[in-house]
Amino acid sequence: MPELTYVVLIKQVPDMDQVEFDYEEGRVDRSSAPLEPNPFDLNALEEAVKYKEAVGGRVVAISMGPTQAESTLKDAIARGADEGILLQGKEFAGSDTWATSLALGYAIETLAGFDLVFAGEKTVDGDTGQVGPEVAEYLDIPHIAFVSEVSKREEGKIEVESECWGATYTKSMETPGLITVTKDVNEPRLPSFKDKQRARKAEIKTWGVEDIAIDPDNLGITGSPTRVANMEVPPPDKRESLILREDPGNAVNQLLEKMDLGRSK
Amino acid sequence: MTQVMVFAENNGEKVHPVSYELLAKGRELAEKLGGELTAALLSGNEIDTGELIFRGADRVYFGKDEALADPIETVHKEAFVQVIEEAGPEVILIGATNFGRSLAPRVAMALDTSLTADCTGLDIDEDKNFIQIRPAFSGNILAHIKSRTSPQLATVRYKEFTEAPRETERQGEVMEVELYLDRGNQGQVEILGEQRGEQVNLEDAEVVVAGGRGLKKEEDFELIGELAEVLDGKVGASRPLVDDGWIGREHQVGYSGRRVKPGIYFACGISGQSQHLAGMKESDTIIAINNDPSAPIFEYADYGLVGDLYEIVPELIRQLKEGN
Repeated sequence: MPELTYVVLIKQVPDMDQVEFDYEEGRVDRSSAPLEPNPFDLNALEEAVKYKEAVGGRVVAISMGPTQAESTLKDAIARGADEGILLQGKEFAGSDTWATSLALGYAIETLAGFDLVFAGEKTVDGDTGQVGPEVAEYLDIPHIAFVSEVSKREEGKIEVESECWGATYTKSMETPGLITVTKDVNEPRLPSFKDKQRARKAEIKTWGVEDIAIDPDNLGITGSPTRVANMEVPPPDKRESLILREDPGNAVNQLLEKMDLGRSK
Repeated sequence: MTQVMVFAENNGEKVHPVSYELLAKGRELAEKLGGELTAALLSGNEIDTGELIFRGADRVYFGKDEALADPIETVHKEAFVQVIEEAGPEVILIGATNFGRSLAPRVAMALDTSLTADCTGLDIDEDKNFIQIRPAFSGNILAHIKSRTSPQLATVRYKEFTEAPRETERQGEVMEVELYLDRGNQGQVEILGEQRGEQVNLEDAEVVVAGGRGLKKEEDFELIGELAEVLDGKVGASRPLVDDGWIGREHQVGYSGRRVKPGIYFACGISGQSQHLAGMKESDTIIAINNDPSAPIFEYADYGLVGDLYEIVPELIRQLKEGN
């Protein structure tokens, strides 16, 4: 029997608390902030590691991005992944969610086999949340999105809570399948110093288009069904504020009067 | 004829109100394209198709199959793809609800076509291109997206557009679509249970009263709750308090929580991190209460009360009660 395999999709993103936006030029200054793993993907990774701890198997983290994304995969290894694979090459650059999902799907198919795929609900830079379900569709496997709790971990079957249609559903899914997780699902562990040391020495595999046997015409700007026609960085939505500094009684009185709130005169 | 199609999300009983917002926007797009507006209604039960016509659909494609009674994306995708192939729309609008955001990518991949997530603006340019405007980078930029494949799919945020008016004299056509669903795919995902009632649905609230780090202890949420009650509103919270377990995640307002656009938003003891602002900055009126006059929240508020929330909030409650 081949070993159970859990795939984690992970993206390197700029730290959103530090990234700077050029309002005049309408662009994002990516060099303004350090790079880190997409925070939602750490929840996905944690969930995969928990699955491995409960049922056995190995965790493979896959990312697509420039060479520096290796550090995000090393981070994933420090946090419990057994292997890191980086899809890298100029052909991949500029891919939209469809092309990205296709590449990730091809990469997953290149593995000897897989049981569950874990993805974060969205990335903090792209904000789309589309890649997880698109990968599932490409692989022709079921998926459950916005998972807020994994309630049962078994070989061949996963049981989760997820919210939609105004209710919380308990769903079970046969493997192979894919889940996308919210921040509620767990608290990602912090790697120990020893884990980090070990991960530093870990080797990250780099796969190019030939390794996953994908037609580069389906990738990048040429292969993507969507393109960004232009981008604007709107100025922050600051408002003209009326600041009330009086004692609470007067301030509240003024506020309610201005707003015509609760004054049934 | 060019067709704009709206996906009418429903739980078998009720169509999600975002569908009526999409019909209003869809009508505008259809007119600019010189085309027609249709709706796709997929349901496990008999459900009112007339309402979609009253709200602007020229034609409703209705597919009914008991397998659609549950929110299982593979099944709904299969049905939706069949409807799309029969109807042949050029533009497809889907509500960016949890279900819509989970279903739409599957449909886009199945049709090998474009999908733009979570749009806040949609337009047709002079060359009749469909322009999709969406925030990215945690809401800090707006990207204008064009597609080069057909059909062109977009998910659209709830409460971004106004609902289409209900015109009961409108006429339209209902086309029942015979679905051929592969039973072999079913059963991969099984529904074991369904819990309702605990939903906070912050998105629907007209008034949200939110508490942040300025609260000293968990029990003090009662004060926030009391103000919310007086105003017939709902209780929100900033992320740190949710992370600390003081209140459930369903109350969290912000980028990683709920995005709300109420008539009135009270930020009590919330400093105004961009994480939080992303979830509430579009509220009609924002009132900030904070003892730190340099808190960034004051720059985003219409009214700022500088002072101790433990004095101001009780005073608000008192005066509001008195006023009534």
